[in-house]
Amino acid sequence: MTSVEPAPAVPPPGPEQAPSVTSVKPARSKRSMRSTRPGPKNRDWLHGLLMSAPAVVGLIVFVGVPFGYAVVLSFYNVRLGSPLEPTFFGLEQYRRLFTDPDLSGPFLRALLNNLTFAVVVVPVQTALALGLAILLNRKLKAIGLFRSLFFMPVVFPMALVAVIWRLILARSDQGMLNSALDAVSFGNWGAFDWLGDGATAMASLIVLSIWQGVGFQMVILLAGLQQIPGELYEAAALDRASRWQQFRHVTLPGIHGTLVFVAMLTSVLSFRVFDQVYVLVRGGGMDEDATRTVMYQAVTTAFDQNNIGQASAITVVFFLIVVVLTLIQRRVVRPGNED
Amino acid sequence: MGTTPTPLRRFMDYAVLSVLAFVFVLPVIYLFLGSLKPSDEVLDGLSGFLPTHLSFDNYSAVLDSLDSDSTGYFWGFMGVSLLLAFVVVTGGLFVNSMAAYGLSRLKWRGRNAVFTLILLLMLVPFESVAVPLFYMFNDQRNTLPILALPFIANAFSVYQFHTFFRSIPPSIEEAARIDGAGPWRTFFAIVVPMSKPAFASVAILTFLIQWGSFLWPVLMVSDPSVRPLPLEISVFQGQEPPDWGQILAFGVLLVLPVLVVFAFFQRWFVQGVASSAVKG
Repeated sequence: MTSVEPAPAVPPPGPEQAPSVTSVKPARSKRSMRSTRPGPKNRDWLHGLLMSAPAVVGLIVFVGVPFGYAVVLSFYNVRLGSPLEPTFFGLEQYRRLFTDPDLSGPFLRALLNNLTFAVVVVPVQTALALGLAILLNRKLKAIGLFRSLFFMPVVFPMALVAVIWRLILARSDQGMLNSALDAVSFGNWGAFDWLGDGATAMASLIVLSIWQGVGFQMVILLAGLQQIPGELYEAAALDRASRWQQFRHVTLPGIHGTLVFVAMLTSVLSFRVFDQVYVLVRGGGMDEDATRTVMYQAVTTAFDQNNIGQASAITVVFFLIVVVLTLIQRRVVRPGNED
Repeated sequence: MGTTPTPLRRFMDYAVLSVLAFVFVLPVIYLFLGSLKPSDEVLDGLSGFLPTHLSFDNYSAVLDSLDSDSTGYFWGFMGVSLLLAFVVVTGGLFVNSMAAYGLSRLKWRGRNAVFTLILLLMLVPFESVAVPLFYMFNDQRNTLPILALPFIANAFSVYQFHTFFRSIPPSIEEAARIDGAGPWRTFFAIVVPMSKPAFASVAILTFLIQWGSFLWPVLMVSDPSVRPLPLEISVFQGQEPPDWGQILAFGVLLVLPVLVVFAFFQRWFVQGVASSAVKG
């Protein structure tokens, strides 16, 4: 077990030697502290390294290396199973993605779709989640059941959610939504292809995605609401603050940090959308151009067009978007969480 | 909120919540009802919601129609999904908790650098490594290990365990170590049993994400014998003409395991999701 330890990487005498060069006293006191420790020699560095090794190796092999590899591949023209050697392409893949009149169309459309999706989903889903959280933040007997019901779709695999909504939004006049609209309009509706029509495909995608995800945000906001001290509401009530004033001056400031966190989390998740698009475009007749997302574009480019270099460039762009959003999130959330 | 609500107000609360919840779960009701109805009655306007002609025929039909090497076997898909979930969850708990302990409780030079690396890798979503991984492991397509391996080591799980371990008072471990227990024994015999809430919430979150995992199988699986359930439902719903009763029955079978886990462990689950998010 100890035969392949990477011992030379971390020389144990290091930490003690370093301070002894500059001053003698601290080194001595450190050594005397150390001698009070149990065991003749402190081998924590070895155990620490061994304990973290499997996870660290796994993360490097399956996250770190492929991530760096994506950047490298994006500078090449690479195809799987091609007899030709990969050729260095410089920034050509990126130029093609953004400016080539023949190739940039679908990619820019995917970026725009993702942006549209995020711009609608982030405020709507966060507001809905907040509404639900406030509604569910009260002491009623069956409140746990209600919370579970609203949370339930979160555990549904997205592929299944897509299939259920494919039926609800089915284009025939027998589809659930169409027949419901027909009933409320006294027979004036008929058939409409919600997924197949370019004008409503994105809206359909947004609705089913919010339905699946809103419970997740709701639970986070509920936890935030429950951290607001009840005395604040009592004080507000004593001051004859209306419900709206309580919401505006107690609830909102109290969950400001959580709210920003939820909004940023949702925007990152919005850019990761893939499963439902893939299922509904491939088998559900959803309009491809109106709903393709950046990840959908990466997968089709890699898999269907066997263009690994360009797919890697898409991946890199995707990552930059996500990182920028995440960094903004950390910036914005930190100060709110500290008070 | 602090004051006791009047009976009328309470009634209103229940009424509003009930109506909203009912509308919200309609798609779930539709899924379960439809799975029990003859296929031609599923896509039949609003009468799709009428509980008529209920039977389990669709379920046996799913098992019968997915029963050959070319289509794959239903229990094969289920087996693949269960196996992958088991490996990713148990392997992940083991590997990630151990790393978190080594990084939070043992003092060694370089541990801060390693932990910073893990925090940085937490920024990288799986989506941004899927394409290069697909390229790197292309010769492993349609094999089981590669479907599980990328998800065992998980930076976010390490982070969750790390946060939890740091909240445990160190005195208990110090006592054990003075009694001569090494770090491994201290970890497995003392820290792990004390950390059940962390293990429960990480396990459930991992299981949930793994059970719905879709992107990686799309890239790596074409052979039905290693196809997990979520990928298979996208294949199964693409049949022409679609047999809606069977598709919904398949959907119920797909979601049942997570619903069971959710029903039994939802306290841990909701806590895990919420606390990790609020702490950020």
